[in-house]
Parts: sequence; structure tokens; C-alpha cells
Amino acid sequence: MKNSMLNHPAPPEQKAVPSQPKQRLAPEIWKHRKEYLAISPFFIVFAIFGLFPIAFSMFLSFQKWDGIGEMTFNGLNNYQFMLTDPEFWKAVGNTLLIWVYSTIPMLFFALIIAFLLNAAFVRFRTFFRIGYFLPNVTSLVAVAIVFGTLFSNNYGLLNYVLSLFGIPSVEWLNKTWGIQLAVSVMVIWRWVGYNAIIYLAGLQSIPTVLYEAAKIDGASGIQAFFKITIPNLRPIILFTVITSTIGGMQVFTEPQVLVGNDGGVSGGGLTIVLYLYREAFVHNYFGYGAAVGWGMFLLIALFSILNWRMVQGKPSND
Amino acid sequence: MLKWKSILLHLGLIAGLIMSIFPFYWLLVMATRTTSEIYSFPPKLWFGPHLFDNIARVLSSIDFFGAFWNTLFVALACTLLVLFFDSLAGFTFAKFNFPGKKWLFVLLLATMMVPAQLSLVPSFVIMAEFGWVGTYKALIIPGMVNAFGIFWIRQYAQESVPSELLDAGKIDGCGFFRLYWNISLPILRPALSFLAAFTFIGVWNDYLWPLIILNDESKFTLQVALSSLNGIYTTDYSMVIAGTLLAVIPLILMFLFISKQFISDIAAGAIKS
Repeated sequence: MKNSMLNHPAPPEQKAVPSQPKQRLAPEIWKHRKEYLAISPFFIVFAIFGLFPIAFSMFLSFQKWDGIGEMTFNGLNNYQFMLTDPEFWKAVGNTLLIWVYSTIPMLFFALIIAFLLNAAFVRFRTFFRIGYFLPNVTSLVAVAIVFGTLFSNNYGLLNYVLSLFGIPSVEWLNKTWGIQLAVSVMVIWRWVGYNAIIYLAGLQSIPTVLYEAAKIDGASGIQAFFKITIPNLRPIILFTVITSTIGGMQVFTEPQVLVGNDGGVSGGGLTIVLYLYREAFVHNYFGYGAAVGWGMFLLIALFSILNWRMVQGKPSND
Repeated sequence: MLKWKSILLHLGLIAGLIMSIFPFYWLLVMATRTTSEIYSFPPKLWFGPHLFDNIARVLSSIDFFGAFWNTLFVALACTLLVLFFDSLAGFTFAKFNFPGKKWLFVLLLATMMVPAQLSLVPSFVIMAEFGWVGTYKALIIPGMVNAFGIFWIRQYAQESVPSELLDAGKIDGCGFFRLYWNISLPILRPALSFLAAFTFIGVWNDYLWPLIILNDESKFTLQVALSSLNGIYTTDYSMVIAGTLLAVIPLILMFLFISKQFISDIAAGAIKS
């Protein structure tokens, strides 16, 4: 929008005939009815299954309703309950912890993998890319079942590896941190290759001329990394941070399949979406579930903005 | 010097690759073992002889092929509908001008920001109102067109469908639909094949929405059937694992078949947006 205003200042001649476009609008629209018809399915589907549910969820969040009986107006009670329910805050805390545990190592490893893959003398690059991407295609339910056996309380492979070092077994799935670790490892495993591929594409789109010029000016490899690579990669890093924040706020399948609807014995796997699912579809508190949906929406929006600020806010070179 | 660096670098990449592949190997090992062997200590790290008994038990305890066909049906239906509606809309946004086009496109992009969980409860209520709970309509119709695909096709069509060709088509008497179907669609094929794979994989792996919508075991998709297997038969773990293996294989094979192009398209999509 900004650009179009800057690039196309309205010439005065056009202002002389102000009502012309409006008079022609109706026949213009009729003339293009086929185009509107062609794009309409999306807008119809979105209106019914996207827009209307949002408005409806606002309404529902002020009601008390089990999905079958009468709806009764509940005022702000759902929100009040949500804000005072320790389980809700626990779910928020769990989600944030899992997000931190998973996102930071994931993006770090992804960047390393991308750098290794981008080195000029790497062979079998396509083979590596396919191998690293493979986890991303697998269904989360399957992943959760397999990782459940790796982190199994007594006989899991991880406990076996620990025993080789003389470390006693850990009941991973009975401990808050153990469940969160298992979920984070699943997230990292599934998404590290995806992010690496995206970083790799970003690295390859940086013009080599920049590096050559830096070399001529006597810049070291580290200087080139911080002055050329990182600034050029910033939009891509922002993209991966935002997408992994949105994904991280929505973690559901991993803990649900791994430790069940209550998030395990310790409740360490109770994420926000799992909490929403349990309250709405296991306990049938539909009105309350809608309110939790709004709470979640606000959290996601807040974190996306925070991320944006953090990644964009660094002093840039231009 | 360079040689050492190269060897170290490849070793690093191979270590990462092993981490990436190991869970698949582990799945395969466990699927060939009995439950008591899975629970034995130290664990068996190599393949055993029980793969086929395990698979036989999966097939006799859940309707695996039923769930497989259900999933295939839903995924194919969604994919075909998405291909048609998204390409039609993307093509229109790319190649035609009409009043309000800019705003409609901005609105379309804005819808991508809305998190699905926000409308989880009301969407379920709407489906109940329509009488669609427990039917595939609830899975297919909301997913039959999406903003990402329209955006994707528009980007591609803008660059690759020449306006001169469309003008020539118009002169030859092609209507709007023929310009789309006969002239543009063949050119859009590479973009369509990525969109098809992307949609198919997404629908195939979807779990939360089918879990909420499907209440009848005979209608379960693979992911829901698999999780119910995991919940009910934990005493027969080797069977659960064998079921997981069966559910993973088709998608992996499909991915390996298309992987090269698919991965570069994912990367391209991220860079563009």
C-alpha cells in the first residue's frame, strides 16, 4: 500500500472526473462475474467454516453449554474461570517451556546443518536433504508411538543407553520435565530438517559477489558471517521463528498420544490445545472451550508480535 | 587441510542423518519382535522373525485396510478439490483484473493468520447442526479450498502463464473456463503437483479434527485408528508398533518418490513468502 501511494501520486486530471468509477462499478462487476465466480469457493468456504465460527466462538465463550442441553448466558464467568484455573496456567507454562526447549535447539541445529550442506565440497547433497526431511512427512501419531518406546519408563532404549554409563533408569513419562523433554525431542526431530532446508535455500540465495567483495576488502570468515550471512538471512530466520512459534503454541498430538488427555501423571504434557480439547470435547464444556480458544488466540498473537520485535528489532545495517 | 575439513564435515552430516533416520530403523526393529522382547532389557537392537505374526494380529484386531481406504478417500477427495478450486482462483487472481481484486487478495492472505484452534469448538457445533458429525463431509468440505494453495498458484501463474497466449486464446474464441482448463492448467502442472503432494500429506496426517469428528470405528482414518490401537492394546505393544509401521510406509514411499522436487518447492515457498 505504502509503495503504491509513493509510486502513483494521483494526477490532477483524474481528480476532475470523480464520480466516473462509481457509476461504472455495477456494470464492471457484472462484466467480471466469471472471475468472481472463480474465486468465490474460497470466500464461501471461509465465511462458513472460518469467519462464522470465529464470531460464533465469541458468542459461545459467554455461554454455559454442554453441547446438548440449554445454552445459558454466563457473562464473563468462562474467562474468569480460565484466568483463575491453575490448570490453565499450568498448560500455558507447559506450552511455553516445550516451545523454548524445542525451538532454540531446533533452529540452532538447523542452521548448522544448513551451513554444512552449503559448503562447496559437500557431496550427495540431495541424498542428505531427503534424509533430513523424511521425519517431517511422518504422521505425528506414529512419531509419538515410536518415541513413547524410546522414552519408556522402565525398558526404554534411552534408559538402556543410560545404564551403559552406570546411570540408573529414569521414569521419563512420570515426570513433568521428562514428558516435556520427550515432546520437545519429538518436535526437534520432526522439524529440524525442514528448517535446515529453508535456511539452505536462504544461504544459496545470497549472491556470492558479496562474499568475494568482502574477501577483497580483507574480511575474515567470521566477519563475513556476521556482516553478510546473518543480515541476509534475517528475513528467513524471522520466518522460521514465527512459524515455529505458531506451531509451538499448537502442540497437541505428541502429548495426547504419548501420555493421554490429562497430560500424564504429573500433567507435564498438558499443553494449551490439549487443555482446550479436554475441556471442550472430553468434559463437554463447549462454552468454556470457546473461551480458551480466545485465550489461546491472544497468546499466539502476543508471541508472534514479540518475536517479530525481537528478530526485527536488532540494529540492522541499513 | 581441505581434505580433513571435508571429511569432518561429512561425518557431521552423517551423524545428523543417523539421528534423523534412527527412529524409522527402531520402528522396523520393534515391529519384528514380540512384546516381551520389546520390554526385555537390554533391548534387542537387531531385527527379529515376528514381523508377519505382528501384522496378522493388527489386521485381525482393527480394520486396517478399512481405515487405509477411508484415509485414502478423504485425502484424494480433498486433494482433487483443492487442486481444482485453488488453481481456478489462483489463475484468476494472477491473470485477470476486476474491481476489488487487491482487497480480496489481501483478505485471502489475512485468513492464513487465523489459528484453527480458535474455531475448533464452533466448527464442531456447526458440523453437528448440519448433521455432518461422523461423516467425511466434515473432513472434506472445509478443506476443499485453501488460501495457501491459491497464493502458491497465483505466484506461479503470474510468472509462467504468458498473457499473450491468453489473448490469442480469446481471439480464437476461448471462453473464460477454456482459457483456464485448456490453456493454463497444462502450464501450471509443476505448481499443481507440489500442491497435490502438500495437501495429500497434510490430510493423510491430520489427527485432531478427525479425532473430534469421527465417532464410529468403521469410519476412522488411519491416524485415529492408530491412536485408538495405542490406547486400547498397550499390552500387545508389538502389534501397535506393527500397525504404526504399516501406516507409515505408504507415505514414506510416496515421499521418496517425489522428494527431490517437493523439497525444493517447500524451500522456494518459504523464501517467497
